This record gives sequence, structure tokens and C-alpha cells, in this order.
Amino acid sequence: MAVPNQAVPTTVAGSVPAAFQVNDRLVELDLDPRESLLDVLRERLGMTGTKKGCDHGQCGACTVHIDGRRVVSCLTPAVQVRGTTVTTIEGVAGPDRELHPLQQAFIDNDALQCGYCTPGQIMSGLACIAEGHADTDDRAREYLSGNLCRCGAYEGIIAAVRGCSAQGTAEEVSG
Amino acid sequence: MRAFTYTEPGTVTEAVAALAAAGPGARFLAGGTTLYDLMKLGVEAPAAVVDVHRIAGLATIDTSGPAELVFGGGARMADVAEDPVLLRDYPALAESLAKAASQQLRTMATVGGNLLQRTRCAYFRGGRPFACNKREPGSGCAAREGLDRGHAVLGISDACIATYPGDWAIALIAFDAVVDVLGPAGERTVPLAQLHVEPGEHPEREHTLAPGELILRIRVPTTGTGRGSTYHKIRDRESYAFALTSAAAAVALDADGTVTDARLALGGVATVPWRAAEAERSLVGQPLSPDASRRAGEIVFADAVVGTSNGYKIELGIRTVVDALRIAGERATQ
Repeated sequence: MAVPNQAVPTTVAGSVPAAFQVNDRLVELDLDPRESLLDVLRERLGMTGTKKGCDHGQCGACTVHIDGRRVVSCLTPAVQVRGTTVTTIEGVAGPDRELHPLQQAFIDNDALQCGYCTPGQIMSGLACIAEGHADTDDRAREYLSGNLCRCGAYEGIIAAVRGCSAQGTAEEVSG
Repeated sequence: MRAFTYTEPGTVTEAVAALAAAGPGARFLAGGTTLYDLMKLGVEAPAAVVDVHRIAGLATIDTSGPAELVFGGGARMADVAEDPVLLRDYPALAESLAKAASQQLRTMATVGGNLLQRTRCAYFRGGRPFACNKREPGSGCAAREGLDRGHAVLGISDACIATYPGDWAIALIAFDAVVDVLGPAGERTVPLAQLHVEPGEHPEREHTLAPGELILRIRVPTTGTGRGSTYHKIRDRESYAFALTSAAAAVALDADGTVTDARLALGGVATVPWRAAEAERSLVGQPLSPDASRRAGEIVFADAVVGTSNGYKIELGIRTVVDALRIAGERATQ
């Protein structure tokens, strides 16, 4: 869905009017330019699927897609997503809430223990497949290295992403 | 985080004017992976931020020309890393980007902003009570008596031993890159070798750009030597870590295997991107042997000054040079 962009240039001291898409929802908010996309998702939109780990771009737990490309939402000033489409873990399942094949693959491959990093792993994994970086185990490991798992479920994570990649589910990636 | 005025101009000319109008302490914001991170830490506290991340035309990549490769300052690291010409003809440039950060950060960060990425010195990032002459001029350097395992051994001063953290600039400097900048006084070109400055007595001054100058593009002269190149990066883990030591190496060989052109620059070991010109000269005119490569590495570190826990960087750095030249030599003969 097309989202109206803000007129530029825009000079605002306190609050910036913003419109952007989050999954299937059009969001209109006044943003403090200090707010991260991560905090806006969690604290203002109540979408707590995206996790806050380090809050400094080091762990990948907050990974989301902006216009189909993966970013860490903790280091994304929310004002920068005006006019874009943000895809979060809440937007990955199908219309009847059936799990995305990669979500199911994480379950099937025991790719999580505590689960805190899992939304970020899945958003990163979806992008990794779509980018064509999941075609070998080594490349998948390299291109998923921005997502840390303190439980050490890496073997399962790689198996899940590689399995989905081989099944050609990239075209089902949202965003 | 300190409140700031946010502006998103539509052109580079408007961006430069907006920054000048905002007064001292204003900052350009592109990918945000350094600036916004340091604002969260309170290390950066700009009163005004001028967002250039989606200015049309700033992200252009053109590697098709016969004379030079051109990378818009706003081009994303992830996009430049996969440019087919770089992958084929300048693997050191592509690898320096692909081995930096994570794919998420590379998708956000720009190749212009990356040149000015600030140090990862924990005392700089940590804020008070740690002394840091870079963050707070005159306060001292906590790293000199502190945990210096990651710190520089080349280009250091009594005031600062913080390592230049980037990879891209290391590869670029080996290929004689230049940077076009636009400021209130107009456009000018700065050789990359003259962009960064060693800390000396003023570690707070990291580059030679005038206040308000914006990096428009990076240009690299084309050279056949690029094919025989690599960016070799040694890290605590195999991916997603800053360099302990790194080397951008490129060689051209004649039919007998004699070196006709050599490029060598090091990362992870110095306060600025470190071009090793004397080591390069030592290689030219000789066969590319492990002994000659080791001597080149020893030349690089002849004047190194180590602290408490970073002495390993000399031997590791020499070996990194040897490995990098071996890889470059293999590629040059393929």
C-alpha cells in the first residue's frame, strides 16, 4: 500500500508528524525525533514482538524490515521511516494466523530455547533468504552473524533457514 | 538524549545550508549507526541534526567508467559490497565492506558516513567517569593505563591511542581514493590519505573536513592491480567483529612473478587508516616470496609503540600482511 510521504524540507524542534505502514496497518503519529523505531513499535504501538536486547545495534534482536530490507530498529530514528513500509514479526504469519514456513521450521529444528532472539532471527532469516545469502551453510552463517543467540541454538537456526531457502519459500517473505 | 532540532532537506545544497544555519554542533545524519548510537550514549549531543539519508542522487554507484569508480556518499555499504565490478576487479574493496558489521548495519550505513565512523575505544564510548581527550579535551586518556588490548600501536600520541575502527577506508586508501565534499565555501576534493589526522595533542580533531562539509562521493582511480587484491581481516570471532589487525593488499606481477605494483594498508593497528608506502616500495622489483612479505610487514611495524596488552598486534599484524600478500599474489596470477 502506498503511504503518503511528508513534504520536505521539514524543520521541527519538538514533534514530527509521521505516516508509515506497519505490516497491514497505516500508522499516523507525532514523533519525537529522539525516538527509535524500536521504542515506537513497542511502547507506542504496543507491538512487543520486536525485542530490545542491547539497544546499540550489536545483537540483532530488534531486526525488522523497512521496504523489504532488514535493519536494526534500535538504531533507526523513527522519523526516518516516514513514508515507508515496516514489516515486523507480527506481520509474518498468514492471514488466518497460520505460521510462516520459516516460523514452523524454527519449531521443527529446535531453533530456539528462551526465544528472546527468535523474532529478530526470523526477520533476519527471511531477509537472508530473499537476498540470496542462504544458499550455503557458510554463507547463511556469515549473513546471519548480526543476530546473537545466547542459548546457542545456532545449529537449529541455520538448519531452519537453509531448509526454507532450499524449499524456495523466499517468495512468501513479506515486505 | 539531548533534544535536537530535526531537519530533512531535499538536496545536498539545502543540506549544507541547513547545517550552516543550525550553528555549531549540528550534525549530518545518514544511516545513523554511529551518530545515533553515540547520541544514545550521551557521547554525541548535537543541538541540530540534518538528515541526508534519502537525498536523491547521493546514493549513486557507478563502476562502469574507464577512469574511475564512483560511490555516492549516501550509497549503502550492503549495495556497494555486492557491486559486480568490485567483486571481480577489486575484491579488496568488496571484502572490506562485506567483512564489516552485520548485514542489517550494512543495509543502513552509508559508505560516506563509514569513513568518519568514530572509534570503538571503550573509554571514549563509556563516558564519564573515564578520562578521554577525544571526548573531553584535556581530561586525559584512561586507555593508556587501562585495558588497551584493542588499541593502536601506530600513529599514537600521549593524548590518545584509540584505534581507527573502519575497514572500507583501509582498502580505499590502498587504491588512492579521493573524496569530493560540499561545504558552505563550495565543492572541493580531498585525497583520502589527507582526510584523517593522527591524534597528536588534539585527539578531538579526527579529520580535515571544515565544519559543515558533506561527503558527496568517493572516487577511486581504476587500476589493473585491483584484481590481485584482498582485504584480510583478523577478528576475535570469524564474523561481525572489529579488526584486531587487517591488511588491504594488492599486487601486480609480471610474467616472471616479479612485483611491478604493490599496495598495502593496515587497519586495527593505527589511529588512522595506515598506508604502508615504504613496505610497498620494498616489494616492487622482487619476486613475491614469504620472506619478502615478512620483511614488508616488519617495515610497517618498525616504529610501533605497544602498551600493556596490545603487543601481540605486531606479530599478528606482520602475519596478516604475509597472508594478505599471499592471497593477493594468488589472485594476481589467476
